[in-house]
Amino acid sequence: MSRHSFIESTLRGFSRAFSNALASEHVANQPGLLQQFDPRVRVIGMLALVIAVVICRRLAVITALLLLAMVIAIASRVSLASLAKRVWLVVLGFTGIIALPALFTVPGKPIWSVPALSLTISAQGLRSCVLLVLRVETAVTLTTVLVLATPWMHILKALRSFHLPADAVTMLAMTHRYVFLLIETANQMFESRESRMVGVMSASAQRRVAARTAGLLLSKSVELSHEVYLAMLSRGFRGDVRLLTGFRMKFYDYAALSAFLFAGGAAAWMGR
Amino acid sequence: MALVFEVENISFDYEHIPAIRALSVQIEQGQRVALLGANGSGKSTLLRILDGLYFPSAGSVSCCGEPLTREHLQQDGFALSFRRRVALVFQNPDVQLFNPTVFDEIAYGPLQMSWPKEEVLQRVNETLAFMNISHLRGRPPYRLSGGEKKQVALASVLVLNPDVLLLDEPTSALDPRSQSQVVDLIQQWKGTMKTVITATHQLDIIEDIADRVLVMETGTVIADGTPSRILGDADLLLRANLIHAHRHSHVGITHSHPHSHRHADQEHQR
Repeated sequence: MSRHSFIESTLRGFSRAFSNALASEHVANQPGLLQQFDPRVRVIGMLALVIAVVICRRLAVITALLLLAMVIAIASRVSLASLAKRVWLVVLGFTGIIALPALFTVPGKPIWSVPALSLTISAQGLRSCVLLVLRVETAVTLTTVLVLATPWMHILKALRSFHLPADAVTMLAMTHRYVFLLIETANQMFESRESRMVGVMSASAQRRVAARTAGLLLSKSVELSHEVYLAMLSRGFRGDVRLLTGFRMKFYDYAALSAFLFAGGAAAWMGR
Repeated sequence: MALVFEVENISFDYEHIPAIRALSVQIEQGQRVALLGANGSGKSTLLRILDGLYFPSAGSVSCCGEPLTREHLQQDGFALSFRRRVALVFQNPDVQLFNPTVFDEIAYGPLQMSWPKEEVLQRVNETLAFMNISHLRGRPPYRLSGGEKKQVALASVLVLNPDVLLLDEPTSALDPRSQSQVVDLIQQWKGTMKTVITATHQLDIIEDIADRVLVMETGTVIADGTPSRILGDADLLLRANLIHAHRHSHVGITHSHPHSHRHADQEHQR
């Protein structure tokens, strides 16, 4: 491990966040399957599929929905490799930890036991565990594909057109904007500390630096959010998202919406 | 000339820390005013009060005869008309640039005003060309350099062609060329009906950007006059922390005199 590894890896993380954001904007502006539909169709369509995933209890149907999400991703120019790194592995890690106890605690037909630990994995436990992980993987994949294939402001405008309260939309708009500001600020703080650092810093000291930076960033985020809001007010913001590109439903938007709703409905019915 | 702003005996605190104290000032239409003061003198706070973002805890502010209060700004009619007429360029351009691209950023104001789509497109393209930033139109604002961000922030309010421009340190963090572009822009408005109020502590641009100077110290106006009168009053500038007594040696004799780094060449020529 290099002597500045913790701070260096944090810096690399910030750069990666910027690159990912730029890549997302690039994907959203590419021609693709989802990109050609009205943003409202994309939001409702993907939401219908997510609801179907949550309702489904059959592994085969959820697997089919995951495959469908992957097909939509490929057709919308979202890289599967990027999904694997940014979504599948992360979700597997987090949900896996939550789902793991179910392997041993759900009673049922034993399929394998660990004699040394007196633990037994039941078929029902394994199914519950796989079901939970697969559900989360599929739902997050669908949501990520939607976010990557749709400019953020279009998603907000679509949400507003569904009568989501203006305050909620404002909060989302500001969060998106100042996340980048905070990343940039955090990057500068780490770079400034790095430039003044002499000698070896222990791993625990590096973690303390990171924790202090996080605390300071939290305070700055409050101030920044206030400033960004004032800047929005100053230019006439009244709670509504207004875009140059107006939303207009065409024939193929209605066709796509019907297809999404049919797929979601069918999956929910088959997976009940 | 008609009054644009009438500020009467206002005070404003940041959580019990006074920022503006018993400040009164009147600003006429078409005036180019510089708010001159050291850091923390209350310049930015005053600009925010004039932009209807902060409201004084005491005293009153009116814009073109209409009271500038929280309640009045909640009325759509007045709010839209006020935001169209009065625009503020923030000191930190980062907080002002919150859209995905430069084009969207400049179109943001006109869209809030519900202008027709064609007019928005035309005005945005004209403003991009006017500010010489057409090449930045598709770039995300958070990926621009400091100078470019400042130019985009300025463009994002100029697109509305406001009658009153409030500029908070518009030339800070700009390279000399970009700085002179901003100064040229403010100079162009001389003699027009546009009111420009610029907060700055840069003495070297005052005569170019202002016909009237308000010197601020600890939240109040301590002097009001023409640029030549204010800049000629070394005691006043010393008191307001805008210049300092510079001590140095000439052939073994140490002496001191008022000094501004921005005027270093001129000072030494005297």
